[in-house]
Amino acid sequence: MRQFFAFVAKEFRHIFRDRLTTAILLGLPILMLFLFGFAITTEVKNIRLAVYAPAPDDATRAIVDRLAANDYFILSRTLADPSQIQDVFARGEVGLAVVFSENFQEEMLHTGAAQVELIADGTDPNTAKTLVNYAQNIIAGYQQELLRDASVPFLIIPEVKLLYNPSMKGAYNFVPGVMGMILLLVCAMMTSISIAREKETGTMEVLLVSPVRPLQIILAKTVPYFVISVIDLATILLMAVYVLGVPIAGSLALLIGTALIYIFMSLALGILISSIANTQSTALLISGMAMMLPVIMLSGMIFPIETMPWPLQWLSQAVPAKWFIAAVRKIMIRGLDFESVRKELAVLSGMAVFLIAASLKRHRTRLE
Amino acid sequence: MKVITAHELTKRFGNFTAVDAISFQVEQGEIFGFLGANGAGKTTAMRILCGLSRPTSGVGTVAGFDVSRQPEKVKASIGYMSQKFALYDDLKVWENIRLYAGIYGVPARDIPGCTDEVLRRLDFTDGRNAMVGSLPLGWKQKLAFSVAMVHNPRIVFLDEPTGGVDPAARRQFWELIYQAAESGITIFVTTHYMDEAEYCDRVSILVDGRIQALDTPRALKQQYDAPTMNEVFFALARRAQRGES
Repeated sequence: MRQFFAFVAKEFRHIFRDRLTTAILLGLPILMLFLFGFAITTEVKNIRLAVYAPAPDDATRAIVDRLAANDYFILSRTLADPSQIQDVFARGEVGLAVVFSENFQEEMLHTGAAQVELIADGTDPNTAKTLVNYAQNIIAGYQQELLRDASVPFLIIPEVKLLYNPSMKGAYNFVPGVMGMILLLVCAMMTSISIAREKETGTMEVLLVSPVRPLQIILAKTVPYFVISVIDLATILLMAVYVLGVPIAGSLALLIGTALIYIFMSLALGILISSIANTQSTALLISGMAMMLPVIMLSGMIFPIETMPWPLQWLSQAVPAKWFIAAVRKIMIRGLDFESVRKELAVLSGMAVFLIAASLKRHRTRLE
Repeated sequence: MKVITAHELTKRFGNFTAVDAISFQVEQGEIFGFLGANGAGKTTAMRILCGLSRPTSGVGTVAGFDVSRQPEKVKASIGYMSQKFALYDDLKVWENIRLYAGIYGVPARDIPGCTDEVLRRLDFTDGRNAMVGSLPLGWKQKLAFSVAMVHNPRIVFLDEPTGGVDPAARRQFWELIYQAAESGITIFVTTHYMDEAEYCDRVSILVDGRIQALDTPRALKQQYDAPTMNEVFFALARRAQRGES
């Protein structure tokens, strides 16, 4: 036991003496959350708006006022001629153009078929779609107001409401994703690199010749990364709640328990990788290519799994981060209880047990 | 007293026989040179004797313990220094010594004294707080050797310990080896440098996994009618069938 603690102390020294690595390991979650939260945000806000109304009337003014009063849009240009539409988009001056038909109000009141055209920049289809949806909702809202006064009882206007994330905040989506990514990065990648380093420098051989049990060496390697990943987890949760305004809707204990299972799984994965890789660069490559890529592409963190072709959907079932992110979304965002994440937890636990067994077996046979 | 015995030790990897029925004995306090070209099976044989690898057949004992049945006891009674430098660059000198003392089971209360003793013997007390990474290679190797003996093992295995250092540093290193041998520690050393083979009490020369010669350097030179160990070695190694692996 004393030997074990000596080893753990040594591992901490390796990490903390390398200032840059320490800074990266502890600062990474903050950096990632800021990056996703503010820089690569998928939310739309303060989009500049151009309006072309050939014959402004009460109805077009009312719609434009409502659009401009909204947080999402700023009225920046009122166009005098439809030919200007091309120009303002080409110069990137606006994100959305609203073009009313001539005699808009009249058509609306009498034929019931007034036309308004929404033009958005399709080079970024996600943003364009979101913008158009917002604008449609606002226009529909106006229409509804009008209908309240009129006596047309059979008209049904659908109202769209987003559950759990009413304001469409991107943070709700990426906080679980960032958690899945960082915990895997710290646990699997760093553990595998630090074990591979000992092999590369030859110290592992000396340790194996010593009376210390190989299992002790390996376990001691994982302790510091376990501690760091718990600190990172706390950082992410605190930032999520207090900086990004994402509340923890479900049970905190359940959330932490899920994260712990995921951390153990990641540590085992790191040990398994290190049993294959003999150099730090190989370890980095394996963990980078074989783990980070699936986490980003196939975990549902960025691209929804439901819309993928079925071979990829099938493949994504084997990505642990997919299950973790799904569970965290359920617990943290939707506030569901243990019953509803049973499947995810079972899969994650199964993966953890399998990886721990596999990595121990590989290390044991290697040492023969 | 025999501290290392090998009887028909063999290690096969599939069809390849890395170590082919080698037998020898090493006396306590002896400096035993284990020579051979790259790929001759030196490292494999050494790994068997250190309890890292199980022989396919044959019996080996180190410090009285069977290498295949009691590898843990073997490990506890030997010191080991590899050809690759084996201390931690990002730990201080004293931290390295303390770590290895702990690993080799030196009782906690003895470790400070042990550390001082190592530093005093190397005349390096001033350098205790230096990072190992900042030391010249010659110093690192001397330190690694002392660290390998921090627990007073009966036998020290040195795997090409002087690779890459200049002749002066090598001579200093061999002085440490002689000191250790005089205090009764057995030295089992592999080397590439044939001038170092001359420093050994006895040498064995491994060719294609078999021991082709085993005697004192003087007797070998007589037997092969060669002025230096270098020529003895080449006379034997020329017969090798296996290339470098």
